[in-house]
Amino acid sequence: MATRIKKFLGSGTLFVWFCGTAVAASVLLVSGVLLLIMINGLGFFWPHALVELTLTDGTRVLGELKGEEVIPHSETTAFPEGKTRVKLKIGNRDLYGLDFRWVDTERVVSADTPTDVIAVERREWGNFYGRIREVRRGGEHVASGNEDGWTALVPLIDHANALHDDVAHLQRDVIGDVNYDIERIRLKLRALALQGQDDPVRIAVLEASLQALERRYQEHVDVLRTLSDRLNEYSVVLIETNGRELSLPVGHIVNALRPNAMGLFEKIGTYFINFWSVLSQEPREANTEGGIFPAIFGTVMMVLIMSVAVVPFGVLAAFYLREYARQGLIVRVIRVAVNNLAGVPSIVFGVFGLGFFVYAVGGTLDTLFYPEALPTPTFGTGGILWASLTLALLTVPVVIVATEEGLSAVPREYREGSLALGATKIESMIRVILPCALPGILTGLILAVARATGEVAPLMLTGVVKLAPALPLDHHFPFIHFERKFMHLGFHIFDVGFQSPNVEAAKPMVYVTTLILVMVVILLNLSAVAIRNHMRKKFRSAAV
Amino acid sequence: MHALIDRLTQPPHTARRHPQATGPDVASAEPSHDAHSEPKITVEAADFYYGDKQALFNINLTVPQHKVTAFIGPSGCGKSTLLRCFNRLNDLVEESRLVGTIRLDGRDIHDPSVDVTDLRTKVGMVFQKVNPFPKSVYQNVAYGPQLKGIRRRARLDDIVETSLQGAGLWEEVKDRLHHSALGLSGGQQQRLCIARALAVNPEVLLMDEPCSALDPISTAKIEELLHALKSHLTVVIVTHNMQQAARISDFTGFFLMGELIEYDGTKEIFTNPSDRRTEDYVTGRFG
Repeated sequence: MATRIKKFLGSGTLFVWFCGTAVAASVLLVSGVLLLIMINGLGFFWPHALVELTLTDGTRVLGELKGEEVIPHSETTAFPEGKTRVKLKIGNRDLYGLDFRWVDTERVVSADTPTDVIAVERREWGNFYGRIREVRRGGEHVASGNEDGWTALVPLIDHANALHDDVAHLQRDVIGDVNYDIERIRLKLRALALQGQDDPVRIAVLEASLQALERRYQEHVDVLRTLSDRLNEYSVVLIETNGRELSLPVGHIVNALRPNAMGLFEKIGTYFINFWSVLSQEPREANTEGGIFPAIFGTVMMVLIMSVAVVPFGVLAAFYLREYARQGLIVRVIRVAVNNLAGVPSIVFGVFGLGFFVYAVGGTLDTLFYPEALPTPTFGTGGILWASLTLALLTVPVVIVATEEGLSAVPREYREGSLALGATKIESMIRVILPCALPGILTGLILAVARATGEVAPLMLTGVVKLAPALPLDHHFPFIHFERKFMHLGFHIFDVGFQSPNVEAAKPMVYVTTLILVMVVILLNLSAVAIRNHMRKKFRSAAV
Repeated sequence: MHALIDRLTQPPHTARRHPQATGPDVASAEPSHDAHSEPKITVEAADFYYGDKQALFNINLTVPQHKVTAFIGPSGCGKSTLLRCFNRLNDLVEESRLVGTIRLDGRDIHDPSVDVTDLRTKVGMVFQKVNPFPKSVYQNVAYGPQLKGIRRRARLDDIVETSLQGAGLWEEVKDRLHHSALGLSGGQQQRLCIARALAVNPEVLLMDEPCSALDPISTAKIEELLHALKSHLTVVIVTHNMQQAARISDFTGFFLMGELIEYDGTKEIFTNPSDRRTEDYVTGRFG
């Protein structure tokens, strides 16, 4: 027996089992996390059925069923397994003050899924669940009753959404442009004053155009006002399940559904529409509703700027360390330092980025190039450039290490072969060694992108905001606005999940944002991996 | 003894199917190396050190022009080190140091006025480990000329074709010039390396055990090629294979422990070595 155990231990089977178990545990953990995010995130877009419960006291509760649990410490002889209760999302925050309600199962007399109830997604106060009493135009009556009201309401909502698009276009693009021009002329006037120039003709010309612009602004604001009035032209009187009434302008409605009356295909269609609107729209209601487009855009753009900054630096440093520097104590110390830099907490980089990039570099840029805007900082405050550079600093060790690995994997024969043909060192490096090391460099970039996409702490100090007024990329020259603040998916998760006034209602949004952040990371990585594999194929080594 | 020489000078069995691959008969080699040829490379009192370790001891020899000179000897005897001194590739090795003089056409190659890249275009090299760059066949051959500033496509096409023909590879690769060089067979890759070296028009070709990783057929092809190349090139070849040295070279140097034991016409070395150790080595008593 003892010899058999010894033989078993000696055979290494046990070791293989340990290794296998470790791998299995890792895979299980990762897939568990992804599964959790996917179930919660992807479920968000599904039009859930509305359940109407009648309780023992005759009141009714209408909402989405969100879960069921055993009430803690409720085990009695009658209920050996304990009593249960269900959680409903009841919406109607303006009426009830709460979004969720727990209902004890024993108080429920009957449960029903009536097909005539509607779920209204509103621009304020979250969802409304209930029925329609009347549709009005101003004071006039248009349609009454749930069925007629629904028929009348649906086209009105489409009309209102089109109006909203017009309003958004007018506000953001047309009035935004006018404001942009006004600000530029104001800065020009300020710059002239600072330079001590008082050329009256020039000032008069500028002021004239300023006045013209302000007149145009007024005109646009008037148009905007009429549009807003038209948005409030129609209103709908809704009743919640217990009969309380609520009057709501149609312009406040984003979307209205009758989820219980929808077929499977209709629901699938709605699912994808919801998914797309989250991807493409801007946030509403302190980020807890609406879409997350600016955050996706900010994340991707920041990562791209970071990549552009980090790759040349990391590659040049690695080339110097591996190819030029005399290998010795100093290089070894530098290498250790670089490796340790990768382990410095990211918030430290954030503090450095704030102190160095934002205050020192940005502040200097402001006094030198943007004195007319002071005391309002241009570059002397957080912005996408500073955040990207801070992250580039954070990830440069990864690129250096990976590039060095890539360089050390280039066979010595290639270097010698190139030199023996009369190439100088730099020619060999550019034409032979760099192409061979490219897969290694891209591996570094992949790791850097993965790390940078998920990093939040340093961004909070260097340019991320809860709600950015404009994207860092638009049609105004010079198109990329490095100084602008931006939104980021990671920060969005933190903000929506932990800083919003209504955390419970924001939970689905947190999962959705997390899911999309993971998807962005995967997509960015996959594209880098695809490029790397393409290179590998090109430089595949021969089987001699 | 004569039976041994006969055996040594026989081509490998596979080469018999290529009678032209046998190379020069040893009997026809020059009896003495200073008789008919100009000296191409002269080594005068060369010592070479890797750090503290001395690898070459007081080497004196002359490589004659337009001949094939072979360096033989057991592993670690310094023959490759000497070869790599000829194109100053040892400059890359940190802490290495050469004492003494090496001259190419009478000029010291370590003279400050010598441009090392020029030297390396004059003195081409083929390595033991086949090392075509991970580029296309065409780009491999065009690499050297492009470094010299030749950009015109027609001129490059011309050089590539001539060089590949010179290396006896043109017929095999002319339809796949723009495919990866790494898709060629080992022997083809080595001939591609030769073509690549020929493309910069060298005067000397150094070969560091070029056939050690190749099969007998490929070896035979390269030996045949060497025979053709020596009409306009000086070839220095390091080899472990004594049969090969005997078949292809005009002169042979025998190295042992960093010293040049004997240097003479190949026939002399293999039939009538003056040193006991050379005889022991060529007859296979050690090494």
